[in-house]
Amino acid sequence: MATKKVTGSQAVILSLLEEGVDTIFGYPGGAIMPIYDALYDFDQQVTHILTRHEQGAVHAAEGYAKVTGRAGVCFATSGPGATNLITGIADAMIDSIPLVCITGQVASPLLGTDAFQESDVVGISMPITKWNYQITDADEIPEAIAKAFYIATTGRPGPVLLDIAKDAQFQELDFEYKKCTKIRSYIRDYQIDPFSVKAAADLIDAAKKPFLLFGQGVIIANAEAELKTFIEKTGIPAAWTLLGLSALPSDHPLNVGMLGMHGNYGPNVKTNEADLIIAVGMRFDDRVTGKVSAYAKNAKIIHLEIDPAEIGKIVKTDVAVLGNAKKSLAMLIDNVKENKHESWLQEFRECDKIEYKKVISKDIYPEKGGLTMGEAVRIASEKTNNEAILVTDVGQHQMVAARYFKFKHSKSIVTSGGLGTMGYGIPAAMGAQLGAKNRTVVAFVGDGGFQMTLQELGTIVQNKLPVKIVLLNNNFLGMVRQWQQLFFEKRYSFTELQNPDFIMITNGFGMAAHKVTKREELEAGIQKMLDHNGPYLLEVVVEKEDNVFPMVPSGASVSDVILEA
Amino acid sequence: MKQEFNITIFSENYIGLLNRITINFTRRKINIESLTVSASAIQGVSKFIIVVNETEDKVRKLVGQLDKIVDVLKAFYNTNEEIIYEEIALYKVPTDALYESDQIEKMVRKAGARIMEITREYTVIEKTGHKEETQALFEELNQFGVMQFVRSGRIAITRDPIERLSEFLKERDALLGSID
Repeated sequence: MATKKVTGSQAVILSLLEEGVDTIFGYPGGAIMPIYDALYDFDQQVTHILTRHEQGAVHAAEGYAKVTGRAGVCFATSGPGATNLITGIADAMIDSIPLVCITGQVASPLLGTDAFQESDVVGISMPITKWNYQITDADEIPEAIAKAFYIATTGRPGPVLLDIAKDAQFQELDFEYKKCTKIRSYIRDYQIDPFSVKAAADLIDAAKKPFLLFGQGVIIANAEAELKTFIEKTGIPAAWTLLGLSALPSDHPLNVGMLGMHGNYGPNVKTNEADLIIAVGMRFDDRVTGKVSAYAKNAKIIHLEIDPAEIGKIVKTDVAVLGNAKKSLAMLIDNVKENKHESWLQEFRECDKIEYKKVISKDIYPEKGGLTMGEAVRIASEKTNNEAILVTDVGQHQMVAARYFKFKHSKSIVTSGGLGTMGYGIPAAMGAQLGAKNRTVVAFVGDGGFQMTLQELGTIVQNKLPVKIVLLNNNFLGMVRQWQQLFFEKRYSFTELQNPDFIMITNGFGMAAHKVTKREELEAGIQKMLDHNGPYLLEVVVEKEDNVFPMVPSGASVSDVILEA
Repeated sequence: MKQEFNITIFSENYIGLLNRITINFTRRKINIESLTVSASAIQGVSKFIIVVNETEDKVRKLVGQLDKIVDVLKAFYNTNEEIIYEEIALYKVPTDALYESDQIEKMVRKAGARIMEITREYTVIEKTGHKEETQALFEELNQFGVMQFVRSGRIAITRDPIERLSEFLKERDALLGSID
């Protein structure tokens, strides 16, 4: 490729185009103005979404990344602009989301002088980025951006941050772009060890009560088909983690539901009865394992995982298969015998009946009392033919949505898992909508988290993003209140909210909104929201003091999951 | 059970990498007893030797995280028995004390230390050895009043016949070549 003279700022945009970037979320400011100036000439090639806060930009980039599988890109200026990205970067780090964050920095002669809007964002973001780098010379820009995309999107994905000094943005360079294909100190994938695959297959063939747990690794590796083939060949019941949602159709006969603190009854109880756990692309988060010393004690553990640091981190692994889940599952499929585990699967179904009777029926088909979160989720899922992208904020509504929303297609869940970031929902929903323009995006948010980032309604309206927002309003920070009720003797310390008129606020942003308070209005309200051409907010006033069950109490074993208080 | 472990890290020589490495210790509240960083036998590659007093389980998980850092080539750990290690110490004592008796001279000979510089006011003594040895000499010399004392971080070499890194880099090249 011939080289041409461009400025550092132009090189940033040209490099992003080389990486196939079509959408950037950001917010301008002093130290990134040259890059924004260069962007002005590229409005045909790339869409820039001006958010109302940098946190909105970074969560939107996460939502975009989740539904596309590509890196989300965001821009922010130095100092406060950069520090406002931090929560989203931390969220992306713990949930393995590929992001390329580009921040402006004060000119290099001013570094370390406490210059206006200077913050050490490379230092600040070091623990929460997969990689970061400060550019003080324009010549470094193409290579650094190529490296950034390579690192963010390969192996176990994660966020990277490039901090570009203002003088480097003005400097000229001879632009030539080469994609990064390897870094000698970094392994993006492993050759799968056939002996470990054989050892795993032997355990699988011999197991009487095998149980497969799958997480986001399946989605990241595009291994959905392999997962389905594997469980169908072996007849093994499979449960998803929160981030593994949608990797298998909800109605697949071997899909036994969700693991974890508010997961389904069967998957939690049966974990401790299984004689073999096959964990695929998941990391044994404490919300999944409960008390680790009492976790899956009757089982041998096989772990299919791309990050060697995750193997043996929480639970002792009997057979580890290191590498990409798509490849390791394909190899396993070839090595295992066809099998069926009908009576074992039936045990899960018996648990489902218990859970349905004690919890689910009351949640999703209540006959009396106030509206429930569960019925709103069920109706929204049904009315979108289980084909929508589900976005959530964090809290009770998140767990309810994860439990009752149904999925047909992969990459249909956008939720903050590891970090549990309130305020994630609204901005992530707009990013998801931009990443999946032809799909319906339904965002469930609570009244607490909504008020952390509701300014992004302005961004949604300005960009005509037809996001459907269901605000489940219980006038409480519901999850904290639930814990206060169960573990702190109902001492409701600072969890009740005096809320504004959400309809008026939403209308004030120029968005259509409607409020329902009665059961007989709910279905029509959701239908109206879905039929509306454009963004819409439906406020559903729900029972103030409902709890989410089942629940594995903090510090308890998964088999001590409770179905009622 | 906690014991001393020597963590060896081979990395690219990049700005900020030391910080990226040490935050992994901070986050897990693991104290660094000693830290040495310098150029390795291979150009452009830095070698870190970090001594911690921890359980093997914690060290193993920590090293897993260190190995994962993009700019780290390889991280591994050894017990003291598996390596040969040394530290260097410098002691500054008043030269008067050296003249007044032959005790300092005897201590230096016995400890296998050496005198580096003598001026009218002070004498600088150097000793290499394990911490207990350099510490023992410090205590002996301190009868005469040690004016200044400094001890380096630990340097260590494995008992393997070759530098592990060169083998490792060959393997890495083969691996990177084989992954499509």
